[in-house]
Amino acid sequence: MHELAITEGVVDAVTQRLPDAKVTVVRLEIGVLSGVMADSVLFCFDLVTEGTNLEGASLEISQPPARCRCRSCGTEFAPEGPILLCACGSADVAVLSGQDLRILAVEVA
Amino acid sequence: MCATCGCAGDGAVLRVPGHLDDHDHDHEHAQADGGRAHGDDGHVHGGHGRGEPIARADARTITLQRKVLAKNDDLAARNRAWLAGRGVFMLNLMSSPGAGKTTLLEHTGRDLAGRLGIAVIEGDQQTALDARRIEAAGCQVVQINTGAGCHLDAQMVASALRALDPAPGTVVIVENVGNLVCPALFDLGEAARVVLASVTEGADKPMKYPQMFRQADLIVITKIDLLPYVDFDTERYAADIARVSAGARLMQLSAVSSAGLTGWYDWLAAQAARFAPA
Repeated sequence: MHELAITEGVVDAVTQRLPDAKVTVVRLEIGVLSGVMADSVLFCFDLVTEGTNLEGASLEISQPPARCRCRSCGTEFAPEGPILLCACGSADVAVLSGQDLRILAVEVA
Repeated sequence: MCATCGCAGDGAVLRVPGHLDDHDHDHEHAQADGGRAHGDDGHVHGGHGRGEPIARADARTITLQRKVLAKNDDLAARNRAWLAGRGVFMLNLMSSPGAGKTTLLEHTGRDLAGRLGIAVIEGDQQTALDARRIEAAGCQVVQINTGAGCHLDAQMVASALRALDPAPGTVVIVENVGNLVCPALFDLGEAARVVLASVTEGADKPMKYPQMFRQADLIVITKIDLLPYVDFDTERYAADIARVSAGARLMQLSAVSSAGLTGWYDWLAAQAARFAPA
């Protein structure tokens, strides 16, 4: 379960950036193609924030949908599921969105 | 987190030959669960008060816009630059457990002795069993035990590279933790990603784990000596690979019968030559 390491990365990044702030909300973007399960991150968040300045904070996750562009025919499309195959049959596809894993913002008291 | 036991404040355990039995632990374990037990309230989600908008007059929003994997990606870029500066080719070898990674590396080390220097970074949750096998095959090896961890990351590999100190022209093979999911997310600084798939696993893995196969530069079907005994459709497999990956090369071999090994060795030698100092 790599989500534990991912969640630790989130908490480390916030505590390093804002070591003295009481963080009350963390806003995360977990793209549907990022390979990370939002539910698992939620599960880990309480565990990882314990004893940090994020303890008790709520976690808000947005999940942008996937958009791809086919490098063979140029069509832009929304893939169904994790297999990024263009209708023309090509798997040579650029991911335009939905792959990011990003800390968007935090709220501090 | 100490990946050996789940305690906070430590990293994965690195073992080098001569110390493969050591468990370098310099902290106490407070309790069996590593002191990270969840509360008794039975809740599993990370939001105290989540879903209830809280009006706070004194709250302020700070925009961060930071990639979660930025730290790992930075370290991976550093590994990549360090390897390029040394003229060392490093590949990240991934598969499910039991696909034959270690067996292939044993044969590779023995067969290429005198032709190509092979150094191995072994990743497993526990034990130095694989490092011993690789050492017996005559290769330089460092074992990383990730403990609870399901993948290697760029920091672990940076430490292992320092311990290995590979000579220019060497091929460093990182044998990742056997897992088709988690290792796909973590860049280690490798120049190529190689995914092994054994015929005994079944041909459906590329469609089931597309992220792993999408990022592969080379996909190697292993244990082809067993093809007469298992239901593995090589043509269907190749067609599925084409659906999930645009650029991956496909190879077939058996470490036991030696079929196809020449192609694998030639590929390694060609990659090493691209990196080796002139």
